[in-house]
Amino acid sequence: MDLNTVLQILDSAVRLMTPLLLACLAGLYSERAGVFDIGLEGKMLMAAFTAASVAALTGNVWLGLIAGLAGSLALAAVHGAASITFRGNQLISGVAINFLASGLTVLLGQKIFGLGGRTPSLTPGAELDAQVTPFRAWLSGITGPDTAAALTATPRFGDITLPFADSLRGIPVVGPLYAEVISGHTILVYVAFLMVPLTWWVLYRTRFGLRLRAVGENPASVDTAGVSVTRLRFAAVAIAGLLCGLAGAYLATGLSAGFVKEMTAGRGFIALAALIFAKWRPWGALGATFLFGLLEAIANRYPNLDLGIVTVPSMFMNALPYILTVVILAGFVGRAVPPRAGGEPYVKER
Amino acid sequence: MAATVDPRGRLETAAPAAIELRGISKAFGPVQANRDIDLRVERGTIHGIIGENGAGKSTLMSILYGFYKPDVGDILVGGRPLTIADSQTAIRAGIGMVFQHFKLVPNFTVLENIILGAEEGRLLRPSLAKARGVLRQLAQEYELNVDPDETVENLSVGHQQRVEILKALYRQADILILDEPTGVLTPAEADHLFRILEGLRAEGKTIILITHKLREIMEITDTVSVMRRGEMVASVRTADTSPEELAELMVGRKVLLNVQKAPATPGQPVLEIRGLRMVDGSGVERLRGIDLEIRAGEILGVAGVSGNGQTQLLEILGGYPEKGSRLSGEIRMNGTPLPLSGGACNAAERRRQGIGHIPEDRQAEGLIMDFAAWENVAFGYHDAPEYGHGPLMDRDAIRRDAEGKIARFDVRPPTCDLAARNFSGGNQQKIVVAREIERNPDLLLIGQPTRGVDIGAIEFIHKRIVELRDAGKAILLVSVELDEIMSLSDRIAVMFDGRIMGERLSGQATTGDLGLLMAGIDPASAPPQDGNAPAGHPSEDPKTPRVS
Repeated sequence: MDLNTVLQILDSAVRLMTPLLLACLAGLYSERAGVFDIGLEGKMLMAAFTAASVAALTGNVWLGLIAGLAGSLALAAVHGAASITFRGNQLISGVAINFLASGLTVLLGQKIFGLGGRTPSLTPGAELDAQVTPFRAWLSGITGPDTAAALTATPRFGDITLPFADSLRGIPVVGPLYAEVISGHTILVYVAFLMVPLTWWVLYRTRFGLRLRAVGENPASVDTAGVSVTRLRFAAVAIAGLLCGLAGAYLATGLSAGFVKEMTAGRGFIALAALIFAKWRPWGALGATFLFGLLEAIANRYPNLDLGIVTVPSMFMNALPYILTVVILAGFVGRAVPPRAGGEPYVKER
Repeated sequence: MAATVDPRGRLETAAPAAIELRGISKAFGPVQANRDIDLRVERGTIHGIIGENGAGKSTLMSILYGFYKPDVGDILVGGRPLTIADSQTAIRAGIGMVFQHFKLVPNFTVLENIILGAEEGRLLRPSLAKARGVLRQLAQEYELNVDPDETVENLSVGHQQRVEILKALYRQADILILDEPTGVLTPAEADHLFRILEGLRAEGKTIILITHKLREIMEITDTVSVMRRGEMVASVRTADTSPEELAELMVGRKVLLNVQKAPATPGQPVLEIRGLRMVDGSGVERLRGIDLEIRAGEILGVAGVSGNGQTQLLEILGGYPEKGSRLSGEIRMNGTPLPLSGGACNAAERRRQGIGHIPEDRQAEGLIMDFAAWENVAFGYHDAPEYGHGPLMDRDAIRRDAEGKIARFDVRPPTCDLAARNFSGGNQQKIVVAREIERNPDLLLIGQPTRGVDIGAIEFIHKRIVELRDAGKAILLVSVELDEIMSLSDRIAVMFDGRIMGERLSGQATTGDLGLLMAGIDPASAPPQDGNAPAGHPSEDPKTPRVS
């Protein structure tokens, strides 16, 4: 295995871990505030669909991103209402959201695009042009045809080449690492990685973070201090919604070009496993999701891993991330103490 | 104490009271937790509020702290009317509360807990620095030393309580409410707490102390109010009252119930308890060496203010001691020792040994509220051969049996398909009593048999208990109703602070005498009343030197 292969695998791992990392951080905010969220999957799926649909209809990925955030946020609002306002069971609410997203995306996709539940491919071509034309025509009425054409020509996030990526390539190891692995991703990848220190800072250095952590451990302490438990938890659930929105938008408009049905493929659940593996800590989330991303990248690269004596079949390699999830959830991580008030609606005791 | 503060002088000044409540009422559904409460607490005093569990003390204080809204009534703080809609309002009005169950975040440091909700700005660093300074100052002023960087879950309970007090003082509370503060403390920690409270009073703070322990009231308060069943029954200066009077006010007196019964003819000892001790999961000693003997054909009444170990005693005898507790001592049933722990110590095994149990809390332990009456009649005995074959239940047999019991115990309505929840309290209790008494146990444990039960059902239940006694069975009756104890028991033991304070024969006992024992005062002040206790077993209790 030469350096180039390693770099390619690492590069692939970075791309694949991004949605996991965003979803994992989403779960971290929510669960640290005491609201279990197994609806990460559904929120991501919904965001992927709304982002891809709007990007396909407008040819503008930024409008797609906003739609993705809105789609995810809408489901987060449902989860908040069910589990905070009405004190429902958080797990059931999450399951319901997953089913809702799974069904609704395909139904709406078929209704709007008639492509069997997928959106048009977001790569330039006739299929996309047909969708974008009405919007472009409408927009030219306002901005003029040139601006309209420019605004509707970016249906996907493009890769960003970081400064000096090419000039530093000559430096051994570090140069190619910078150029191949660190440079050349979409903006959302960098946003995801910046979210890690930002989340750490918010949690441990701000008033909001202190209260957020407190409400997940002992909401009564927050309530008796005169701070609203409901508002804090809604804030956390909303942040989770936004992060899932980023994750979903990245899946459909960054990692791939368009939405296909069930495209999250269990990433929401893997993110939950990573969250436990990370013991609900931001830097841990980075490490855990990198591990899952790496496994997926290896599986993609070596569908049939030849170990000399036996050849590991591709089915096994593809199942590896999921197997790891089971192993981790089965208690391989050691003592992972979840937020103490997690899963329980807050009711003032007599 | 009287030298430093003269409540009499303060009462006569025209200065507005620190807290004044006028006509406060609060109901939770059908339960009237507080009824028309008036209360006046003077500035710079320690005011005790005493009453049994469930008397409504905590509800009243939660209203004061903005946790509940009163249905009617006014609150005046420092003479000004105030609507306390939430805790934030209470905190701003200078009210601080130390709850019975601490409201701390266990994995936060002391400092983090203290600033939570009272941060200076959006960032934590300046708040933490300020709190550190304030904490150092408070520690010097009031002997409130706690390591500010220690994680709260690593602190002892006493230190955690200090953190709660510091939290209130950090928010500049002038009025400090403490709800059952000593329930979880060791005696030394409690003494330290009282020193802190005296220091706070000397600084002009007002303190409201909620407790059901008479000793604490007498030791530290200036004035005291007594609550009973949601009502404020008295407000007096502590110096003008006595523990006996307070005990009587707390327990109250009902119309004397008349129980027709012949003198007991006690036979062989059925249950013998020797040196029974129990330390609960949080390390508090709940039973401190219980010696009791119950003979066939007698009713032993255990009197006492609730929370003095009666519940623990019943749970241990019933075979389900509190999880995480440590037990020592010996219990013999008909001469055979009963296991105090391990797999053989369970409720089913105790039932097989001939111990019936009417639990104190029938809704939580005696019945499954959503199950039908006929199912409830079989519970605890559902493995009995007449109720089924092997793993299968014989529904018809159980229903026939239930119908018989319901008829004989006059349960109304007489329908065995109705869920237990839908019967009135008295009829729920009759279902439990029918189940346990008709099994004809050698020993029947009864906890609060008539709590929340109407007069008619009380008489009926009392009659059945006496019949069981006359059939030669042993009965252990635990009740906080002194009248019930006095009219039903053949022998009375009084529990206080995990001990048997004394025993009296029913005919010889007076309310005054029992009231003193319930307050932890031995009227004879001579060696403990072993004269009435069954002789032959010296007390193994070394009588730890505790002021109580």
